[in-house]
Amino acid sequence: MTPRVGRARIPGQAAREEGTAAGPRTGDLGPGPAEIELAVNGTARRLRVEPRVSLLDALREHLGVTGPKKGCDQGACGACTVWVDGRRVLGCLTLAVACEGREVTTVEGLADGDGLHPMQQAFLANDAFQCGYCTPGQLMSAVALLEEGHASDDAEIAEWMSGNICRCAAYPNIRAAIRQVRDGGGGDRP
Amino acid sequence: MSTAPQIGLPLDRVDGHAKVTGAARYSAEYTPPGTAYAVLVCAPIASGRVTAVDAGEALSVTGVLAVLSHLDMPRIAVRPNLVPSLAGAAAHGQSFFPMQDDRVHYAGQPVAMVVADTLERAGHAAELVRVDYAEEPPVVTIEDGRDRAYEPERIFGGFVPGRTEYGDAASALAEAEVRIDGAFHLAPNHHNPIEPSATTAVWEDSHLTLYDATQGPTATRLTVAELLGVPPSQVRVVSEAVGGSFGCKAMIWHHPALAAFAAQYVRAPVRLSLTREQMFHSCGHREEQEHTLELGATRDGVLTAIRHRKLSPTSHFDDWAEPSVGPSGRMYACPNFQGVYNLFRADTMTPTFMRAPGEASGMFVLETAMDELAYRVGADPLELRLRNYAETEPGTGRPWSGKGLRECYARGAELFGWAGRDPEPGIRRDGNQLVGTGMATAFYPVYGAMNPQRARARLHADGRAVVETGCSDFGTGVGTVMRQVAADALGLSAESVEVRYGDTDLPNTVAAVGSAGSGAVSAAVHAAGTALRDRLIAQAVADERSPLHGADPAGVRVGGGRMFLADRPDTGEDYTDLLRRAMAFDVEALGEWNPPGPQGEYGTGTFGAQFAEVGVDPDLGLVRVRRMTGVFAPGRVLNRKTARSQLMGGMLWGIGQALLEATHVEPGRGRWANASMADYLLPVNADAPDVQVETVEVEDRAAPLGVKGVGEIGLVGAAAAIANAVFHATGRRFRDLPITVEAVLAAE
Ligand code: FES
Ligand code: FES
Repeated sequence: MTPRVGRARIPGQAAREEGTAAGPRTGDLGPGPAEIELAVNGTARRLRVEPRVSLLDALREHLGVTGPKKGCDQGACGACTVWVDGRRVLGCLTLAVACEGREVTTVEGLADGDGLHPMQQAFLANDAFQCGYCTPGQLMSAVALLEEGHASDDAEIAEWMSGNICRCAAYPNIRAAIRQVRDGGGGDRP
Repeated sequence: MSTAPQIGLPLDRVDGHAKVTGAARYSAEYTPPGTAYAVLVCAPIASGRVTAVDAGEALSVTGVLAVLSHLDMPRIAVRPNLVPSLAGAAAHGQSFFPMQDDRVHYAGQPVAMVVADTLERAGHAAELVRVDYAEEPPVVTIEDGRDRAYEPERIFGGFVPGRTEYGDAASALAEAEVRIDGAFHLAPNHHNPIEPSATTAVWEDSHLTLYDATQGPTATRLTVAELLGVPPSQVRVVSEAVGGSFGCKAMIWHHPALAAFAAQYVRAPVRLSLTREQMFHSCGHREEQEHTLELGATRDGVLTAIRHRKLSPTSHFDDWAEPSVGPSGRMYACPNFQGVYNLFRADTMTPTFMRAPGEASGMFVLETAMDELAYRVGADPLELRLRNYAETEPGTGRPWSGKGLRECYARGAELFGWAGRDPEPGIRRDGNQLVGTGMATAFYPVYGAMNPQRARARLHADGRAVVETGCSDFGTGVGTVMRQVAADALGLSAESVEVRYGDTDLPNTVAAVGSAGSGAVSAAVHAAGTALRDRLIAQAVADERSPLHGADPAGVRVGGGRMFLADRPDTGEDYTDLLRRAMAFDVEALGEWNPPGPQGEYGTGTFGAQFAEVGVDPDLGLVRVRRMTGVFAPGRVLNRKTARSQLMGGMLWGIGQALLEATHVEPGRGRWANASMADYLLPVNADAPDVQVETVEVEDRAAPLGVKGVGEIGLVGAAAAIANAVFHATGRRFRDLPITVEAVLAAE
């Protein structure tokens, strides 16, 4: 079948027109595409994004860092949880331009080279996921909540992990993984 | 020397490492250079016509490549016809395709599609497309459509008759010593996997590659090929990782074909990801339903009649209802049964499979009524079930191919501590909570694949094997069991078997639906593994330099990467020696499993027993599930760890079904009013207690490899066990789902 002829421009061309189409910059950042730098998992990454681009889309679509997941894009599911300067944030509710010059840590940055983070190991061992789509967010929350001291008992773990929805409902296994790391003394950030 | 059997062992998931490191690739995560983004514009009305589309402003947005509506959308090659994906053919989610004319049949129907170079620009431009409508008053809910009800010939994509009966339920009900009559209402439900459906479409000349989130890569291939009018051989579908489905990725909906059309139109790769809101009106749902259940019984609670009727809305295109009354006719020894579906045409999309489609709803109804019957006749609820235990299949008298329900009841009761339960409702307190316990039975049919299932196994000269099938793993663990089954067939350790799946370039398997996926795939992998083993053995016994030369192949065993004589295990050789001598890099075999078709001589089913304890705060109307126990007899368990997770996940879904999940229709507008993950309540970690799960392995004479599946049975009966526990806690009977805070408060 021959592709139908459209009145389309080729995506690459449109991107090259960006600067002129948006006009000269009026402020430090925006309204046209802005050049920003993020330290993603310890590597400086430069990218050009419109100010409306979320941190999540900047990571997934612009930088190819697809560990953080998009479940709702509305702050309701937690799949996009990443750390900015060590604090957990929802990537879908954070603007990329607001993270200029900050350190962004995603699930890809948890492991120490080939060695899994103890929480990653515990998730594997306890089968704390099925489809795995919520897992990057669960892991980023789980490691952070241990460090924040919110894992004293199961009720507290459950409460503090309730911002991360798992539709596969691996919840009891997620708690087991967190307990295991807590009791094993692991779980610190690498 | 030999390798311990791998089947059944609780091995970690093969894809686990990729999933905990973020390396697993889901369908929206393939971004070839130049990828453009498509965003749908969806109708805010439920019924009417599109009178005008003005794309001018949208087209003026920088980066916008195209705006398509019914005015310029390519026409589909065939009219889609709904056939469930289990059939192995094209699997259109509904007998309708949007943007072919100006008619709006349901709220959220796509009316236009914008393609731009970035997601933000496409999304922004989609908001600028001006669509005018002539709106007509919609009929969507049972309240709207009750008067239009009709009895369909068949439902469920033609798989299930609209009416089933045996004996004479009407007379038996009229004569019954005890009658339990109940009316039930179940809210619509949505699957809400955390990964929204997404397709990335890439054309290279006349060949199309779709990275698609699907339960059946082959189903996507066949469906899209049919819609586009291209040969299936020119469509490749890749589904390496799929972020949950629960039935909403079982049928093939419109977005994969729309992505393909868009990619063709703009001559660039196109990604179409559904938004969370669009997930509510793009891939089906569990329909709103009203049930009427009448039980007739003796004074001792022995059932004499069951009459179960269901009313639900369906689309203008299909006679769809999930088969909810089916289990009532197959669960208990009862001589008289009537089950009837009523439908009415509504301004809705065709509902679809959602985890345990029919059983989750129907068994809630039946098992709530059974609990009521137990109280009426003064029997323990578990004892009442035993009095009505079906030793053979009700209605047909056929022997079960395998059942195990008695064992499930007994083991569940023991684990849960059911014995000695005081039946008196509303008398136990723990702080400000009223505490109660309840139980219910679980039943799920055994579905089988209908067409040949294939797998390929290859042994490399270094002794490592690769096994391949086209199926996708959306959390079921099928990739892991492929490894285990192949390892056993070839006599290798699990670590030396690599698996590949999720690609139509690999041997075909059917969509993993109806809890039949792992059974079908395992059977194919087993066939491939044993074919390869037999080939290697044949080569060895024919090879003069082999220690096995001249041996009877039937007397050769494999294990530990070696072939050896069964009666003299030290006579044999490693696979690697054989291959090296033959200067072969690898040896491979294709395995095919042909499903035997319906096993006429047996009644089939998967059974289990559910127990739950709840605490109800009567002042706040809050129901908390404190603990759950489930024991199931799913045939052979292929991996104890992943099977347990599937069963546990199903049981926790029961909390959602019982207490939380409802999609509401906006009155007068006919659209979903709470289409977001904040407004559609899902169980979160704090809602989910620890769960006890066990399986009893009972041999099954009909299922492939004895595997009956674990994907859905865990949900069935869980909501009833919870609702029955709420009754025990409060003395109030709830027949509508979900049991909301408002309902509990109103009942007090
Ligand atoms: S994607 Fe950010 S919270 Fe759901
Ligand atoms: S593992 Fe599937 S959503 Fe959590």
